[in-house]
Amino acid sequence: MERPLTQHILHSDGSTRTLREYVKDGGYRCLKRLAAGLAPKDVQRLVTEAGLRGRGGGGFPTGAKWSFVPMGPDAPKPKYIVANGDEMEPGTFKDRVLMEGDPHGLVEGMILAGYAIDAEIGYIFLRGEYHLSAQRLNHAIAEAYAEGYLGKPLPGTGFQFNLHLHASAGRYICGEETALINALEGKRAVPRAKPPFPQTVGLWGQPTIVQNVETLYNIPHLINHGADWYHRLSRTQDGGTKIYGISGRVTNPGWWELPLGITARELLERYAGGMANGARFRGLLPGGISTAFMTEEHLDLPMDFSSIPPEVGRLGTATMIVLDDHTCPVGFVLNLEKFFARESCGWCTPCREGLPWVAKLLTSFEEGRATTGDLSLLEMHTKWLAPGHTFCGLAPGAMAPLQSALKYYRDDFEQHISLGRCPWSKKSAQQRILV
Amino acid sequence: MLSDTERRELEDAVKHYPDTRGATIDALLTIQRRRGWISDDSLLEIAQFLGMTVEDVDSIATFYNLIFRKPVGRHVAFMCDSISCWIKGCEQVQAQIKKLYDVDLGQTTSDGRLTVLPIACLGQCERAPAMMIDQDVYGDVTPEQIEQIVEKYK
Repeated sequence: MERPLTQHILHSDGSTRTLREYVKDGGYRCLKRLAAGLAPKDVQRLVTEAGLRGRGGGGFPTGAKWSFVPMGPDAPKPKYIVANGDEMEPGTFKDRVLMEGDPHGLVEGMILAGYAIDAEIGYIFLRGEYHLSAQRLNHAIAEAYAEGYLGKPLPGTGFQFNLHLHASAGRYICGEETALINALEGKRAVPRAKPPFPQTVGLWGQPTIVQNVETLYNIPHLINHGADWYHRLSRTQDGGTKIYGISGRVTNPGWWELPLGITARELLERYAGGMANGARFRGLLPGGISTAFMTEEHLDLPMDFSSIPPEVGRLGTATMIVLDDHTCPVGFVLNLEKFFARESCGWCTPCREGLPWVAKLLTSFEEGRATTGDLSLLEMHTKWLAPGHTFCGLAPGAMAPLQSALKYYRDDFEQHISLGRCPWSKKSAQQRILV
Repeated sequence: MLSDTERRELEDAVKHYPDTRGATIDALLTIQRRRGWISDDSLLEIAQFLGMTVEDVDSIATFYNLIFRKPVGRHVAFMCDSISCWIKGCEQVQAQIKKLYDVDLGQTTSDGRLTVLPIACLGQCERAPAMMIDQDVYGDVTPEQIEQIVEKYK
């Protein structure tokens, strides 16, 4: 089984790869192919044929995204390529693994993506808490400048690329591409209205592509080996491998680069070693906390961008969080909604007001004060904060786990009402006896 | 007033953006690294340097979790309280910090040594619960280890 992105990253030692090691294993080899006549449109075509889809959670086809960027001599200058390394989706740690373990892969991916859309300036937008990634990426960027991969015309192409690492200061909404653009411009990081889309009017009004880190790591490999090879890596119609992760009460929490389309059951049982001692599986969020719960009945679905029916959910970032029977599903969802309420940028009212309301309602369940009316109120919020009622995807994303929890764990919500306490909380049980 | 070193660092940051205000976050982080937090005076100096209004810079400063508009201790402990860490017992780790150092989330110890803050998912979910002190990340943290970890930060 091929693992192009992570074959040189060791799970255990936390070390990083030097430029020398990266080049020895074929790194920056692509740049010679550009000189040998691989034009920007050829790179775009390869990416489209390979079926590369965005690894940040949305799964949008990368080639299609690039196709909206104006090209040719009359296209606006400069254009920008931005790596979205604002990995703040809870449960998600895949981009960190790549950036810490193999920083040059991102530099090379950025050069190639920049070349493909004729963007001469790149930024890596990195979340502020990833200090080790920042240190290693800055070192890699300096090495790439010293070697002439950056800052000088690439031999035989006339294309010259400059790259800068921007460390952010911690805010979830910066992962939304238009909020990220505002953040990078030094504005308050609230999302922008779309259209216009960043591909035509982005950073400082110029054409801009914002691309997830893992997506960019794929590009050198698919150029080196071709679209057919890339499709063969996957088990399904979406090309390539995916970095999957599992956290929660499983035997071996961790990450693995595997063919797209592997099932959650294989991941859980074969790679994560099954549930930890004494814990029973109740469900999982497939990729970050903006995705809907999946339960036992969904474990054999191929985990890719095309095979999960929309009424079930979506893959998201493919880093799964497991719910077990020692964990209260209502408390679990309360934790998620507190996060969303805290991280809402406050720009639009439904999100700013609705999410704290949802968190308060869930708190009343946990504290044994909820009524059946509160259950209806929660359900209404899943409609009030649905797509179309808010400015961006944050609040609708927050409703995905809530809505599915109300479907799959309804008995647990009702039990909180009928018992007047959280069945998982020893503390509240004791308080009740004292009363 | 900005020191010569601070001014040089800000001048370097500005070079990376076509518009000076692009360096706002860099400026805030740079000054905070030097001075510990962003006071009203610091805000004014940054605003003057970048050619922005104080209110404008403050609207950025107050937006981000890692910019401190109040003084913090000599060290800052960031306690991840997102879902994977919550499942694996971050609340017990927090309780241990409170027990040992008499400090709640959002507070600083009376000797000014340690500020404890909640933080959104640190991206260390495979080794939850996780915490970060200053720039050092700790994973698979148990309440029993807290004293040993925190004692490194005087």
